Amino acid sequence: MSEPNAESLKSTPLDALHRELGAKMVPFAGYAMPVQYPMGVLKEHLHTRQAAGLFDVSHMGQCRIHGENRAEALEGLVTGDIQGLKTGRQRYTLFTDENGGILDDLMVSNAGDHLYLVVNAAVKDADFARMKAHLEPRGCQLEILEDRALIALQGPAAAKVMEHLAPSSTAMTFMTAGPLEVNGVPCFVTRSGYTGEDGFEISVPADQAEHLARHLLEQADVAPIGLGARDSLRLEAGLCLYGSDIDTTTTPVEAALTWAISKRRREEGGFPGADFILKQREEGPARKRVGIKPAGRAPARAHTEIQDETGRTVGEITSGGFGPSVNGPVAMGYVEAALAEPGTPLQLIVRGKAMPAEVAALPFVKQNYYRG
Amino acid sequence: MTMWFTKDHEWVRVEDGNTATVGITHYAQEQLGDVVFVELPEVGRSLAKGEEAAVVESVKAASEVYSPVAGEVVAFNKDLPDAPGTVNTSPENEGWFYQLKLDGDPDTSDLMDQAAYDDYVASL
Repeated sequence: MSEPNAESLKSTPLDALHRELGAKMVPFAGYAMPVQYPMGVLKEHLHTRQAAGLFDVSHMGQCRIHGENRAEALEGLVTGDIQGLKTGRQRYTLFTDENGGILDDLMVSNAGDHLYLVVNAAVKDADFARMKAHLEPRGCQLEILEDRALIALQGPAAAKVMEHLAPSSTAMTFMTAGPLEVNGVPCFVTRSGYTGEDGFEISVPADQAEHLARHLLEQADVAPIGLGARDSLRLEAGLCLYGSDIDTTTTPVEAALTWAISKRRREEGGFPGADFILKQREEGPARKRVGIKPAGRAPARAHTEIQDETGRTVGEITSGGFGPSVNGPVAMGYVEAALAEPGTPLQLIVRGKAMPAEVAALPFVKQNYYRG
Repeated sequence: MTMWFTKDHEWVRVEDGNTATVGITHYAQEQLGDVVFVELPEVGRSLAKGEEAAVVESVKAASEVYSPVAGEVVAFNKDLPDAPGTVNTSPENEGWFYQLKLDGDPDTSDLMDQAAYDDYVASL
């Protein structure tokens, strides 16, 4: 792996804080990001599931869409029902391409007089360019939020911590969104995340981010968590990583994300690749994304070959590693559709040897979302 | 008792001129992070110097352990597969990987003693 020039890396508003906390910084999506703190990936993961973790996700792309027809206009690019998204609600959806592939996955919130979006860091420039080109001719404006940090607070203690800093946050339920003063700072907060736990994502002005993060970290239950644990947390929760589990070579149907195509959109289409995707949904895909549980203790990493019991190649692992809460290896990958049922025996080829495994239902851990 | 080190951060302790114990160093475990899996060589296996002998995986990545000296495997650390974290907490004692019966004097020409290894790590 070539070492990117450190000078070319961007830094988040919390960069100095990460270094002060002893984080190991690595290049990720063009940013210097904390992969772990002195606590280490394993304990950071378990701490998040038991108490609360603070994640800097400021590298992700944040933007607003303004304009009278913003919901209808955005629907030309994504699979979700945006016109039916009520004020204060958030939705997971997908940018698709003309071939039915996935260009990105994203969160859209209806903020009342505008839409608020969070997209993936690695593809945010392409997302912004595509949205601008599509939205402006339709009388909408894209406002890229360069001057905001994004802080995720995740875990069973997140609600108690937030109540202390923003009392009205207790009224929020999973996948709701709205403006909120957090410790006196005007923020935009959603009750969602990427860990399978209850939690919040706090969009905060960049110049106030470090102060807020420090205040959150002063709370007894909160520890800083790096990208390493973020990855094992989301894998146990069965959540896709764009660029690994989903990309332009996978469709929403193959990726088992058909639920992200809202009912009305299934009936009406009108998103890129809709004809192909909706036909594939009717006919069934040739392959499907599934959870995979290796039988032993050896982790199977991304790109591990998957075989059926006869030794025939039937797919590939797209994400895999050790799940600290599962206390064993966990993985996701694509297999032939006929082999997608939980319990189906498989073999994983790790260091030239066939290791027994089976298809597992996702998520690997119980979701702890707060639904009120 | 003499302890030798490789540039790949394995250690080998020659106990009585005939038996050698192999593991990975404190520096290695620190770089790996939390160890979650080890695969150890079977008793009776004959290992050449530099041959891939074991696998150690952390939450981050997998790496191979190459035998610092040649010999026949006479024991492996049976506790390690169920408690791989021992590699983190006691890399140079309880977290040993396997033991070899040496065939004569081991070739240590490319290995470092403790002082040389400490200098090497300091230079990294």
